[in-house]
Amino acid sequence: MEALIKTHNLTKQFGDFTAVDAISFEVGKGEIFGFLGANGAGKTTAMRMLTGLSRPTSGEASVAGFDVYHQPEMIKRHIGYMSQKFSLYEDLTILENLRFFGGVYGLSRKQIKEKSARLLHYLGLEEVARKLTGSLPLGWKQKLAFSLALFHDPEIVFLDEPTGGVDPITRRQFWEMIYEAADEGVTVFVTTHYMDEAEYCDRISIMVDGQIVALDSPSGIKSSLGVESMDAAFTKLARGAQRGD
Amino acid sequence: MKAITIEDISKKYGKTQALYPLNLEVDEGALFGLIGPDGAGKTTLFRILTTLILADGGHATVAGMDVEKDYKKIRQSIGYMPGRFSLYQDLTVEENLNFFASIFGTTIEENYDLVRDIYVQIEPFKKRRAGNLSGGMKQKLALSCALIHKPKILFLDEPTTGVDAVSRQEFWEMLRKLKEKGITILVSTPYMDEASLCDRIALMQKGKILSVDSPDNIIAKYGKPLYAVRTDKLHRLLQDLRAFPDTHTVFPFGEYLHLSTHHELAQGELTDFLREKGHQAIDWHPTEATIEDCFMELMTN
Repeated sequence: MEALIKTHNLTKQFGDFTAVDAISFEVGKGEIFGFLGANGAGKTTAMRMLTGLSRPTSGEASVAGFDVYHQPEMIKRHIGYMSQKFSLYEDLTILENLRFFGGVYGLSRKQIKEKSARLLHYLGLEEVARKLTGSLPLGWKQKLAFSLALFHDPEIVFLDEPTGGVDPITRRQFWEMIYEAADEGVTVFVTTHYMDEAEYCDRISIMVDGQIVALDSPSGIKSSLGVESMDAAFTKLARGAQRGD
Repeated sequence: MKAITIEDISKKYGKTQALYPLNLEVDEGALFGLIGPDGAGKTTLFRILTTLILADGGHATVAGMDVEKDYKKIRQSIGYMPGRFSLYQDLTVEENLNFFASIFGTTIEENYDLVRDIYVQIEPFKKRRAGNLSGGMKQKLALSCALIHKPKILFLDEPTTGVDAVSRQEFWEMLRKLKEKGITILVSTPYMDEASLCDRIALMQKGKILSVDSPDNIIAKYGKPLYAVRTDKLHRLLQDLRAFPDTHTVFPFGEYLHLSTHHELAQGELTDFLREKGHQAIDWHPTEATIEDCFMELMTN
């Protein structure tokens, strides 16, 4: 298995507080990897290190073949990122958002034009391409944001609670898009508070107090803890957490 | 007397109809949930009931008082926890609580009984600035501040959004205890699994109420045969089940798919179909609808 993310004892300290405590894991090409944990467990800090935004205190990590200490800018170019909080500029039109993000990722005008046409067709948004992004329903914004995170053909995409606040049907359509991307070989690293979504991942890790306390397929985690549901597994592991965020 | 009555309340922002004329009643002492995604109109309804904005049309009463005429009296008798963190970040935990108590002309001591169970959990940090609290602790402080004047009715707008599954369970345990003390609670949430913890719920979507009832009754009204199905190829299964002649809807539900059909399926009927499509390890059985199944069914109609 070709590993797109590799970490070994990856650690981040803020003063005497160890936010991320020696986590080690690998994520393979085309894998959907769920990154779970209670609030304050250290998920955001870990994700910031993996996306080249925060320098680790110690340990090793590489993303898409680039080292997090020495090549953070290369990492940023080779990954896609989307979160519920930041995704698109609401007061740009849909087309303007595509041009803007395409430009940020260094695509040529020609590439942007071709890719925009394809994307708008795929999403069925051709009619509204010149409308303000803010006028789209939330579910569509999230789908567009996801497509934009893949606009520059990254090998790996980081999704930070991508489905928060979205209606249950759109949430499921969103996961179909995730599956399609994974089928095409994109590695997906995703956080969520919906335990049913944890089941849609190939493998998941659960963080408690800065450490990874479980790392396996959803069924593997459930059977090793002797529980029926992901909800019960998460509760069992996270109940003992000492810290909040 | 009803704690809350809503008659034909509507609200528009510019061209956007945030609330279509809607009707609702909440019994005194009830734990009532508004369940729906972003854009359902939950926050708009909260703002109208807490007298922060005026409805375009209709009437509403809170604790027997009119939201328009008696707004000052309503504000004295309700507690409100907005969706966004609403405390003073640069006041300490203790200062925040004191501040909210004094605004309502009371003291922490006077109503300490009501907040004790929640406040003791954050009391060790009472000298810490609110801005430096963890998410879970902020939430407990905000709830304490909303309760400190002993309100008759508590309005909680998405208190558990973005909160992990364990903290969500703890928060609902706190709400259960407050309900036992006789406080009426109106709470909104986008998490469908929290609906079952309410006495009654309104399912909301795009400014409209899809259904109002107890969670059990809403589930009982689901009305279509429903099956949990899984095989060795879950993603393919979704495509294949969409092509199954008797399928009404099919949605992923964790490790299973939920398949609703037009008729009850005979033994083997589905198994044969799936085997022909190349599936193995076929497992299907009737299952009870969840609130999320009901919500999606109502959305599809």
